[in-house]
Amino acid sequence: MVSGSDSPGNGFEPKILVFACNWCSYAGADLAGVSRLQMPPNCRVIRVMCSARVRPEFVITALSKGLDGVLVLGCHPGDCHYSEGNYFTRRRGLLLRKLLEFVGIEPERFQVRWVSASEGAKFAETVEQVTEQIRALGPNRPRSEVLGTEPGDR
Amino acid sequence: MPKTRVGVFVCHCGNNIGGVVRVPDVVEYARTLPNVTYAEDNLYTCSEEGLSSIKDQIAKQGLNRVVVASCTPRTHEPLFKRACEEAGLNKYLFEFVNIREHCSWVHMHDPAMATEKAKELVRMGVAKACHLEPQQEFESDVFPAALVIGGGVAGMSAALGLANQGIQVHLVEKEQELGGLIRGVQTLFPTEQDTDELLRPLAERVKAHAHISVSLGSEVENVSGFIGDFDVSVRADGEVEGLRVGTIIVATGAEELKPVDLYRYGELPNVVTQLEFEEKFKSGGEIPRSVAIINCVGARIPKRTYCGRFCCATAIKNAIWIKERDPQARVYVLHRDVMAYGVEIEEFYRRAMELGVRFLRYDVESPPEVLGEDRAKAVKVQHQLMGKEVILPVDMVVLTTPLVARDDNGKLSKMLKVPLGSDGFFLEAHLKLRPIEFSTDGVYVCGAARYPSNIPESVSQAYAAAAKASIPIREGLVRVEAITAFCDERTCSACGNCVEACPFGAIELQQGRFGRTAHVNTAQCKGCGCCVAACPSGAMQQRGFSDMQVLSMIGALAEEMTGGVG
Repeated sequence: MVSGSDSPGNGFEPKILVFACNWCSYAGADLAGVSRLQMPPNCRVIRVMCSARVRPEFVITALSKGLDGVLVLGCHPGDCHYSEGNYFTRRRGLLLRKLLEFVGIEPERFQVRWVSASEGAKFAETVEQVTEQIRALGPNRPRSEVLGTEPGDR
Repeated sequence: MPKTRVGVFVCHCGNNIGGVVRVPDVVEYARTLPNVTYAEDNLYTCSEEGLSSIKDQIAKQGLNRVVVASCTPRTHEPLFKRACEEAGLNKYLFEFVNIREHCSWVHMHDPAMATEKAKELVRMGVAKACHLEPQQEFESDVFPAALVIGGGVAGMSAALGLANQGIQVHLVEKEQELGGLIRGVQTLFPTEQDTDELLRPLAERVKAHAHISVSLGSEVENVSGFIGDFDVSVRADGEVEGLRVGTIIVATGAEELKPVDLYRYGELPNVVTQLEFEEKFKSGGEIPRSVAIINCVGARIPKRTYCGRFCCATAIKNAIWIKERDPQARVYVLHRDVMAYGVEIEEFYRRAMELGVRFLRYDVESPPEVLGEDRAKAVKVQHQLMGKEVILPVDMVVLTTPLVARDDNGKLSKMLKVPLGSDGFFLEAHLKLRPIEFSTDGVYVCGAARYPSNIPESVSQAYAAAAKASIPIREGLVRVEAITAFCDERTCSACGNCVEACPFGAIELQQGRFGRTAHVNTAQCKGCGCCVAACPSGAMQQRGFSDMQVLSMIGALAEEMTGGVG
């Protein structure tokens, strides 16, 4: 069973949330599947129409609740189905990493990458790499343990 | 409000899912999830049986949400949504969970983990389903005209396919003449018909057609809009003309690979490509007495892995062409494998051998070598079957190269918001299920723009693309997927972030019931959700991808970490 904070130390398997845009990266993920490219089973994909739909709150909520990493995948710069959505993603990503660092979450737990519809192999490689990196970081702790409040409370 | 009743249908997809994921366990697990009143497994949920089961259970169990865990929404979502609709359930109360492409196919050696992952994905899907709301689709008119980009055989056939239905077609061709790549080809395989016999009448029909306007020496410079209403700028002689069309067909073809650093092409004058060979003899000229044709030049190599498919047929055709004009001529075809696919081309291959064309297999590790000082005089090749080196004296070397994607495909793909594959050709929505459509609605592809295609294939694809491109025009309206953004005016503070974020200018600040607030023009909204993520107060939301829906999925995924429902 994939569990994050339940099994620290040896044999730790991170649980990673992936946002994939419908037009490029989700199609790339599908192609990886069609091509039977084997990859670690740590990622769970949520499909969004554009990577720019991912509001920072989603990332912060996921990490606060104890998920070990969040990966946002979009079209390559210049190839966005909505012209410029991924530029928002890129800028937002840079700021968000700074914010995560500020609040004491390793910024590497949040990553933004570009995967096109024809890059099934790149999708598999990205999943492999990011899983490896986050595995090396070790388990993330739910913020409720740290702060005593439920994430998402407003 | 009626109680939420979720039905979960988990697909085995034959062995595709069921061979890895323990589907009965997933069904059992789904039954324990909040609001799930029914769960079953199906051998194929997309079969007639599976679809009727969804419809039956909606009625029998009073389901008001349906979750299917099977393959990818990119191909099968419309099918399941239609089943819901037929059972009287608003199709936006359906949620898709992908446990094939994203699970069973990529974790084939780890059934236990794959099963756990499938359970979690179903849990996330059910969580989102509970927050789904019924939606009404927005309808918009379709402008009754089509654009065909490219005036080769594919483009002309597509244009005729549309125009013969009475649809106005704009055909844009970059060159000053219709015909495309095969204008330079003298005869066509396997009939050995003169190319002009095919091209001339086709081009005349296109030019004379009352519903086709042809722009020669023209290029598409910009495309904006969406299915039903595209604005296209076409540049010709420095002038830019605006066109309005409902659908677009890409038929831009491909080009012959010009070899670089291969077989001394470019260095020796009598080393030519197939197309150059054809052009040379189309207007007459002395036929060489001894010719070596080298196949697979620049194809099926690590850099360009694909097979050009009909290059072998081209080589056979030109070998026969020489032999028929001079039976004494020596013609060698040096190949790696002869791909004479189909009934006619295999027959054609046999005929070439009967005429005395010599087929020699070479090894890619020790390719043939062209010998000569200022002209090719001989070809040295390791004869694989005889197991020894042979030297063939020649007057000419013809290199058979594959078709390659055009350099400007990238520019067009950005304009049309459609993808290219790794070889630079246009990439269709699905190789088998949607071969001539793009995932972008209203844009279609045919001919060699997609992949090297011969004439019969290009024509069939063109007719298919024309049929597809005519459907929205004939229906007169398209339904736009209800994934558009909307603003809760009560919580909007009129900061204008959304106005700035929208790539389509679909949002305006307007005076309304709650003062000055953001207002989304649904007809212009494409459903990217940029504005939603930019909204600091949560007033802006996206149908089908609301904050609540996405956060519920995140909560469901993190459930066991926070020890409760998220």
